[in-house]
Amino acid sequence: MSELKSGSNLEKVLNAGHFAFTGECGPPKGANVTHLKEKLNHLKGKVDAVNMTDNQTAVVRMSSLAGSVLMIEEGLEPNFQMVCRDRNRLAMMSDILGAYALGIRNMLCLSGDHQTFGNHPDAKNVHDIDSMQLISMVKKMRDEGKFLNDEDIDVPPKMFIGAACNPFADPYEYRVYRLANKIEAGADFIQTQCIFNMDKFRDFMKKVVDMGLHEKCYILAGVTPMKNAGMANFMSKFVPGMDIPDSLVKRLKSVDKKDQSEEGIKFALEQVEEFKEMEGVAGVHMMAIEWEHMVPEIAERAGVLPRPVV
Amino acid sequence: MIVADRKSLKEILAMVEDDKKILIAGCKGCVTVCNTGGLKEVEILASSMKIARKKQGNDIDIDINVLERQCDTEYVAGIKDTVEDYDSVISLACGVGPQFLSEMYKDQTFYPGVNTTFFGGATEHGVWEERCAGCGTCGIHNFGGLCPIARCAKSLMNGPCGGSSNGVCEVNKDIECIWDSIVRKKMDAGKIEDLMGVKGIKNWKTARDGGPRKSIREELVQGNI
Ligand code: SF4
Ligand code: SF4
Repeated sequence: MSELKSGSNLEKVLNAGHFAFTGECGPPKGANVTHLKEKLNHLKGKVDAVNMTDNQTAVVRMSSLAGSVLMIEEGLEPNFQMVCRDRNRLAMMSDILGAYALGIRNMLCLSGDHQTFGNHPDAKNVHDIDSMQLISMVKKMRDEGKFLNDEDIDVPPKMFIGAACNPFADPYEYRVYRLANKIEAGADFIQTQCIFNMDKFRDFMKKVVDMGLHEKCYILAGVTPMKNAGMANFMSKFVPGMDIPDSLVKRLKSVDKKDQSEEGIKFALEQVEEFKEMEGVAGVHMMAIEWEHMVPEIAERAGVLPRPVV
Repeated sequence: MIVADRKSLKEILAMVEDDKKILIAGCKGCVTVCNTGGLKEVEILASSMKIARKKQGNDIDIDINVLERQCDTEYVAGIKDTVEDYDSVISLACGVGPQFLSEMYKDQTFYPGVNTTFFGGATEHGVWEERCAGCGTCGIHNFGGLCPIARCAKSLMNGPCGGSSNGVCEVNKDIECIWDSIVRKKMDAGKIEDLMGVKGIKNWKTARDGGPRKSIREELVQGNI
């Protein structure tokens, strides 16, 4: 067991060699704490950590920092997401310190979807630094105890640093190198974009393993159970960077509409089974979008319960 | 060059609706090259405005003058004897022009007749594209000679985001993903190592973030050259 960087539950689970299982939750479009807590309660005890998204798809929601703190109050461990679209380096560093002070120990560093996708398309975007630089900034704050300007931090934030990876974006041949760069920048764990094209992901992981990247960082495979064929069509058309093979859409359509969600879950479960055996994959990141209440059943059927206590 | 698009006739007419005698000032610089504010465009705007105002039964008297450059006080001074003869002036130069005019002639009103958009060039007849965002610290040699600051919708410095698909940017299908081009160029040249490692955080002080910028060439100021 190597020395822990943040001591988060997620880090301990991965460090102990367990197959990790993380969830995801979007904060409310408002200050509806009750609804947020309801959603979170479905995930309690079923996952090792829960990503709290940061104005995902550029739609304004309660801040991921506040959402993460509410999650801690509910007894779950947050993976605090931060995008480069909405904050400059000052705001980022101060939020990272604030997050750590409030008990947050994992964070996920992202570029962020472009604001034109969201509900304030006229906004100015920031992008003072990019996601790669954000990773290295958090690492510097943690390991050197310094701000970007090299001033000392009085109690540095000890974060377990996460990054995203989308093997389905282009140029495909470059994606594994981009992953290598993120690891070099300081990523301790990776959560991939939702995987639907298994052939491509198998090929990608082979490249990852050939380069030995899986030994330098924990890779969690992204899974999203499809609720129906309509959702598959929508995601393929409107969500950037999605690769949804026709075979999956066909499979969903091949059953009665009322059975499509079960078919979607079956596909997700088959994926989890394969990921458990796949070389280089250290866990699954289950993104059951607005379907949090299904996670207990999915986790149960995936055979990942009970979650390890470390 | 600086690229600009002309404002709509409706918008320009609304700016001067109470005026009876105006000047339309063009510029022989960039806006002539990008066919927005040169002699031809000044003439077209003048005649369209006259026709529109005549239709409203509210004739307007319009003079035209295409300055050598509106971004140079020497040429801006060239209209000093006549500029106050007008109720207002429409400038078809980039945003610099009506400012130089406003600074020199404090009692006159200058309207921008164009929307200044970007620094770029013509990629084909009638099509202009952005190339530079004037960040003040050029580093395009690090990116295969292509600028991700101006041309990536997120100004990313370390490779394409997860929304890059088939060479197209996630923002919309009419925008090239410049990172796709940078990566392919490096891969084709067998120089992927140029894109390995983390490119350092940018100093935006030299860009507009550091406040309005000024360029002083001492040797010219002192009159040595
Ligand atoms: S790096 Fe800066 S100066 Fe160079 S082309 Fe890009 S925006 Fe312009
Ligand atoms: S798709 Fe390409 S150009 Fe568009 S934001 Fe992403 S990296 Fe930049």
